[in-house]
Amino acid sequence: MLIITCPHCGPRPELEFRYGGEAHIARPADPSTLTDEEWGAFLYQRANPRGLHAERWRHVAGCGRFFNALRDTQSDFFAATYPAGTPRPDTDASGVKESGR
Amino acid sequence: MSGGFRLAAGGRIDRSRPLRFTFDGRSFRGFAGDTLASALIAEGVHLVGRSFKYHRPRGIVSAGADEPNALVGVGADEAHYTPNLRATQVELHDGLVAESQNRWPSLSFDVGAVNDLAAPLLPAGFYYKTFMWPQRAWTSFYEPKIRAAAGLGRAPGAADADRYTQHFAHCEVLVIGSGPAGLAAALAAAETGVRVILCDEQPEFGGSLLAEREAVIDGLPAADWAAAAVAELETRDNVTLLTRTTAFGYFPHNLIGLAERVTDHLGVRDPRLPRERLWQVRAAEVVIAAGAIERPIVFPENDRPGVMLADAARTYSNRYAAKPGERAVVFTAGDAGYRAALDLAAAGVTIAAIADLRPAATGALPARARAAGIDVRTATTVTGTRGRLRVSQAHLAAIKPDGSVGAAEAVPCDLVLMAGGATPSVHLFSQSRGKLGWNEALKAYVPESSVERERSAGACRGVYELGAVLADGYDKGSAAAKAAGATTAAASRSFAAKALDAGSDGFIGAAPHGRNPAFAKAFVDWQNDVTAKDIKLATREGFRSIEHIKRYTTTGMATDQGKTSNMNALGIVSDALKTPVTAIGLTTFRMPYTPTTFGIFAGHSRGALFDPVRTTPIHGWAAEQGAAFEDVSLWKRAHYFPHAGEDMHAAVARECLAVRRSVGIFDASTLGKIEVVGPDAAEFMNRMYTNAWAKLGVGRLRYGVMLREDGFVTDDGVVGRLAEDRFHVTTTTGGAPRVLQMMEDYLQTEWPDLDVWLTSTTEQWAVIAVQGPNARKVLEPLVEGIDLSPAALPHMSAATGTICGVPTRLFRVSFTGELGFEVNVPADLGRVVWEAIFAAGAPYGITPYGTETMHVLRAEKGYIIVGQETDGTATPDDVGLGWAVGKAKKDFVGKRSLARASMSAPGRKQLVGLLTQDPQVVLEEGAQIVADPAAPVPMPMVGHVTSSYASAVVGRSIALAMVKGGRARIGETLYVPMPGGTIPVTVTEPVFYDPKGERLDG
Ligand SMILES: [Zn+2]
Repeated sequence: MLIITCPHCGPRPELEFRYGGEAHIARPADPSTLTDEEWGAFLYQRANPRGLHAERWRHVAGCGRFFNALRDTQSDFFAATYPAGTPRPDTDASGVKESGR
Repeated sequence: MSGGFRLAAGGRIDRSRPLRFTFDGRSFRGFAGDTLASALIAEGVHLVGRSFKYHRPRGIVSAGADEPNALVGVGADEAHYTPNLRATQVELHDGLVAESQNRWPSLSFDVGAVNDLAAPLLPAGFYYKTFMWPQRAWTSFYEPKIRAAAGLGRAPGAADADRYTQHFAHCEVLVIGSGPAGLAAALAAAETGVRVILCDEQPEFGGSLLAEREAVIDGLPAADWAAAAVAELETRDNVTLLTRTTAFGYFPHNLIGLAERVTDHLGVRDPRLPRERLWQVRAAEVVIAAGAIERPIVFPENDRPGVMLADAARTYSNRYAAKPGERAVVFTAGDAGYRAALDLAAAGVTIAAIADLRPAATGALPARARAAGIDVRTATTVTGTRGRLRVSQAHLAAIKPDGSVGAAEAVPCDLVLMAGGATPSVHLFSQSRGKLGWNEALKAYVPESSVERERSAGACRGVYELGAVLADGYDKGSAAAKAAGATTAAASRSFAAKALDAGSDGFIGAAPHGRNPAFAKAFVDWQNDVTAKDIKLATREGFRSIEHIKRYTTTGMATDQGKTSNMNALGIVSDALKTPVTAIGLTTFRMPYTPTTFGIFAGHSRGALFDPVRTTPIHGWAAEQGAAFEDVSLWKRAHYFPHAGEDMHAAVARECLAVRRSVGIFDASTLGKIEVVGPDAAEFMNRMYTNAWAKLGVGRLRYGVMLREDGFVTDDGVVGRLAEDRFHVTTTTGGAPRVLQMMEDYLQTEWPDLDVWLTSTTEQWAVIAVQGPNARKVLEPLVEGIDLSPAALPHMSAATGTICGVPTRLFRVSFTGELGFEVNVPADLGRVVWEAIFAAGAPYGITPYGTETMHVLRAEKGYIIVGQETDGTATPDDVGLGWAVGKAKKDFVGKRSLARASMSAPGRKQLVGLLTQDPQVVLEEGAQIVADPAAPVPMPMVGHVTSSYASAVVGRSIALAMVKGGRARIGETLYVPMPGGTIPVTVTEPVFYDPKGERLDG
């Protein structure tokens, strides 16, 4: 079970959280102006990287708030968590070692 | 030969506490402190099981968690029976009942042993090669037969009567293992004041120190030193000591699973205690001090009872005062065999010979053995053994300088000891995803680089000499405390240790034997009956990766996970392929370290506590009325209210007609409810739902449809506008959490600028639906401040006031097609109001109805249920809800997807009604629909039945269905092929009763 640091509540066990998919995919302001291809990409295309992944979590059994996290998909260690609406921190994979070794 | 093998003195057993136990119905004696295995050995019993595949007689091989053979079923009755326990880890208690496994009719005469004679027919991969065709025979014939013949223990015949608990714990330093390294680590960490947990799978702390005969630490015999160390730890408040506790799994972010066996060792159990306790320990730092496992040597017929690991024999003799035999041959690849020989000789065992694979043996231990007059033969191998149910001879032969094997000499013995060298126990380290490195000098994999915050100490990282182990443990314990933030450092401390050092020599692979390999069974994996020949065959058949060889031969795949066998298998593959061990790879170490009960994972989550149960405020009333209940998500809902002698069909028909003819009362409290409040509430609703909300007046209701962003219906419900800035939103019973999560998601992350607050109010309101032509007459006398007249409260409107003096939000709404009301009252007062309405309805024969009647009534009207008519691929138009989509709205969730061409393509499945040509036939929900029942199989399917009931008011069966191009097919005949015959149906409009909706006004 992972330890996830809610930006509002601090480190808590994974079972208090719900995963929310890739972060920083904003809903288009006016979807009607998008082509089917563009809309399809917004709906379905995701990065799925091996390494650092910016993703959404919700502290559903805590403060209830959505926030973003940078997680290394290989090691499952978090490089950072940050409030929704703030930009992705400029962190490389070396920051991940903070959580583990 | 019972009883003759208990040494007169010594050992850690408590001779003042004799115990009785039975094994396969025979009565035996032992002492407190014995394991089942040590007690059997003291009674001269080595034969304890039959092997998995060949049913060969098998004996006790080890003295611990690595035991591959001695698997037993333990328990005096079925409700307390546990199969597949290692006899080497089962603590003896008075009255213990154990039985051997995988034998029939008896252990000493086993019919399945014919497999052994047929062994040439059962090579590696035999199952894959043989039981391939026909596929059908696999489930009907092969698998049951194979399972019956080749098996582990049997499942208990009764539900587990024991209780299991679960516990979370936090500490700075968790030390796993309490041998010299673990004790020293715990002493160091404890001294710094941080929270320390020390756990060990054994009933007593001390690990290998408990089996030492000569070792001395700080002037004390090793076991006494261990006791003193434990006593020191016990005085500290910051230390938690857990014996009988196995660290079985290393989970991410330093979460360690510990299984504590609380009562298994007690003859009379304290009913207040659980059988086992799961500890989920989150440790800042972990010190793994798991020790090492002795490797057997792979030589022909090395599986006879009486062939055991040298260190295990030493443990039985030194720790349990149980002499494992009278006359031993020691087969060794290092000095450890000599240490065992000396200890056994001291216990009165005759050492017939020591066969040493090494060309020379020059250390202190061989010198002592020679001085003691023991026949030491270097450059010598064992080419085979004899003996049916117990070894009676070992065949020793010289290994010539050219590598060939000389003539064998038969040496009579009843014990053969194997000392193949030490394998560091890297299981937990490996589970933590740490990287292993090959140490050529040790011929072993040892921890190389860590991923989690842990460190290994002592033998589990290849440090074997006692003084070095103690120093390493202390160092690691001190470093772990420091890394975990200890503010004081552990004082420097050194340990004066004096012990016989067995060095680190060893052997991996199969020993040379010079015999025809076709007839020599040299076992690598005892538990899965895998021989050196099987592994060589796999390499000849082209397997190269150890992961593939493992699966093909099943080596290392048994419940012991190859603790004793994996390294030898690697050595054999390496030798066969002429490839270095490091190039062959290593199989994955998986949790659990030793088998773990299901009970400990289930904890209290069984029976009534398996899942939370949600009940409504009216539940008790319904139960008193004899309602049948059904599960809807976590809710218990009244399904129907049968009168005496009624089945469900009769009860539902009666309930339906009561609603249609007079009045019914229904508990709708499980409806999901969300209060949407704020200056931007209407704008938020506009964006979340397909409908237009801005112009909905205060006091009005509207049926809302919610889509996912992909355009498909995800939920629906009636929404009331109670004020300009306040909406009372209802959702489906099962959909409430999903809808709230989706609303929160959009509100928090897409439109944080909207000033809206969302609150789940599902459990705040009891909802009492009163439906039927007499509904108004029932409610009118009970309400105050609410005008129920059609003019004041038309269909789809809401009023606030009181009912029976209780504040209410009263909705005029109908899910039945009749005049209807839904009375929302605070949950605490739900039952009071319900009973008042029920009493007021008595003159009208008010009838309580359940979810089945609710379903029938809505289906008669063609009202959909999201999740029944829809399946996540239905658009609003598909289910006849196109009218609910606000065409003028610029945007809402899912709107853009509805504009995709495929979302309005012809041939989409559409909601229609179906009438069977025979009105008595009720279709099966989920049944497929075809246009041409004579079409060849597989027939093209055009749709499926979504809802189907016998309708009392229509007087026949009705059904709803999703059919391709359905609305254009109205009037057509389609077919529902069923096992009993094809059922012709006519496609109709999906409304079967009161199509004009005239009854809504009563
Ligand atoms: Zn939080």
